[in-house]
Amino acid sequence: MARVVVDVMLKPEILDPQGQAVANALPRLGVADVASVRIGRRVEIEFSGEPDLDRAREIADKLLANPVIEDFAVRLHEDEDVPA
Amino acid sequence: MTARIGVVTFPGSLDDGDAARAARLAGAEAVRLWHADPDLHGVDAVVLPGGFSYGDYLRCGAIARFAPVMETIADAARGGLPVLGICNGFQILCEAHLLPGALTRNQHLHFRNRDQVLRVESAATAWTGSFAPGQEILVPVKNGEGCYVADERTLDELAATGRVVARYLQGNPNGSLRDIAAISNEAGNVVGIMPHPEHAVEALTGPSLDGLGFFTSLMKHLAGVTV
Repeated sequence: MARVVVDVMLKPEILDPQGQAVANALPRLGVADVASVRIGRRVEIEFSGEPDLDRAREIADKLLANPVIEDFAVRLHEDEDVPA
Repeated sequence: MTARIGVVTFPGSLDDGDAARAARLAGAEAVRLWHADPDLHGVDAVVLPGGFSYGDYLRCGAIARFAPVMETIADAARGGLPVLGICNGFQILCEAHLLPGALTRNQHLHFRNRDQVLRVESAATAWTGSFAPGQEILVPVKNGEGCYVADERTLDELAATGRVVARYLQGNPNGSLRDIAAISNEAGNVVGIMPHPEHAVEALTGPSLDGLGFFTSLMKHLAGVTV
């Protein structure tokens, strides 16, 4: 099936307390060389016909991401990144 | 004629009952509105209550924004209908772009549930006219994603134009930028507030009666509009 992957990440200037909590837990695993962790969301969209990147971008912009706090990138599954 | 305050129930709303009760205590008729019904049934104002609409899936308020009732409310709000979004309702108003900014995970990641002192910064909205600017009030706060964020320009503009409606005092419960607890749109008819005025309307269940002021303010506002 034709799949489009949308990656949603908090904008760099937005604090990610969840990522910080993960980063703070790493020393307990014996990991000391991680400077920061940021957590995002990966959404896979399956079209019934041909994958439609423009449509996926619209979906991402209107619903999957909140442009006030998040950036997104859209790409075909197992394919090169396509800039949003 | 008695003012009619609509209270929307989304799947996952929790505080719609308390909001309707607060409306009645303020002397209004509470009209229950349903998320799937775009008809506002002639109400004079709308409350978007707290809770976890659509399970808070994706982002808080992101899916509720597309509910049939929200399309009607968004149009009506742009036309001046008073709308108060409490907690999840505030999140929905931001997602619907009726208010700027966004509400994100509490900075310390903990859910906060406590009685909170607020300072009412603006009495120039449809929902705060009965307060004195600078008045301190006590209402419950209970949220996991109440940290208000916006870019610096937006924050400056909100402050400069008197659109910060309330700020947290004696400790910020969620890391909200500039201690913002409530904001309004430019016209002052749309207000979003993270704490819960509808839980502070009766001595039996609330820490004060301060929350009732939001609803009596609206009654005063509506009387002024219709007379």
